[in-house]
Amino acid sequence: MAAGTVTALEAVTGAAVDDLAARALETATEEFSTIVTTHRPQIFRFLLASTRDVDLAETLTQECFLKAHRNWSSFRGESSAMTWLMRIAINLQKDHWRNRRMQFWRHTRTNAVDLDEASDWLPSGERTAEQQILAKEQVSQVWRAVKGLSERQRTVFMLRYVEEQELSEIARATGLSEGTVKAHLSRAVGRVRAELGGKR
Amino acid sequence: MRFIGLFGKKRDRVETSAELDLAGADEALEQALKNFKESVQAWSEAEFGRTRAAGKTVRQRSWRLAAGWALSVVLVAGSVSGGVYDQHRRGELAKAAAAAQARQQQRAAAERQAREEDQDLLAKVDSDVSKEVPSAMEPLAQLMAEDDIR
Repeated sequence: MAAGTVTALEAVTGAAVDDLAARALETATEEFSTIVTTHRPQIFRFLLASTRDVDLAETLTQECFLKAHRNWSSFRGESSAMTWLMRIAINLQKDHWRNRRMQFWRHTRTNAVDLDEASDWLPSGERTAEQQILAKEQVSQVWRAVKGLSERQRTVFMLRYVEEQELSEIARATGLSEGTVKAHLSRAVGRVRAELGGKR
Repeated sequence: MRFIGLFGKKRDRVETSAELDLAGADEALEQALKNFKESVQAWSEAEFGRTRAAGKTVRQRSWRLAAGWALSVVLVAGSVSGGVYDQHRRGELAKAAAAAQARQQQRAAAERQAREEDQDLLAKVDSDVSKEVPSAMEPLAQLMAEDDIR
């Protein structure tokens, strides 16, 4: 009698656990889906700005979310989801450049758009023709300065001035100390300032 | 809009001429960075929308391609299986016909053999019957045998 009761209880508990696990999985999937919808444009923008290559940015964005999905269960919420995703994106980008350097003799071609083409993009605001030309020139100068930055300086620069992240967030995303982030930013801005100053 | 400095702090109002120059430079920097950010955002939004639309088109194309392939596979599989079934059926019919013919030949051979056996038996019986002489005819038979000896 007692053994039968225990077996029945075990069966009921097992079913409840299965049900809970299924619900948890469903909730996690919904959560992740929301994360993708919310942060995908931002990750794509960061990768596009960093690589100037639309196809590569799209590929790395997909890889970023695939990796995030695989490791979603290990995300403990110590940083924001955006910071976590950005960290994955930065690492993927780093891996990409590293592999590319290794295979330089095989792949010399790049799909990155040239600086003039990248500078053509301006928001359609209320600007005069003169303002448009000036803005385009400034964007072109910033792109030129960015091209001369090291990979790390470029990453920090984009996170600060395109994604408008706080230094602490940048430090978490890049795995650098805040002091190092400040130093990289300072050099990057110095470059931009020099580029702007030289052309005025 | 005021420029948010390198470390995220707003710059204090500047007083000296050197600082005014720096402020002018920073204003230009601020404007350039603002334009750069807006440019990247505009580019990203345009490309993001385009890649999603392209992805949708690719998905639709993929779906059509997959449907085409599935239909082709079904048709080819149907043709092949039809041919195989027809071949198999013909083989079976040929086997059945051969078996029927063999059975017929076997039957004919058996009948022929039986007929021959019957004929042999009848011949033997005739021979045996012809050699046997009724007792009433025995003296005559002996006479015939003596005549033969003579």
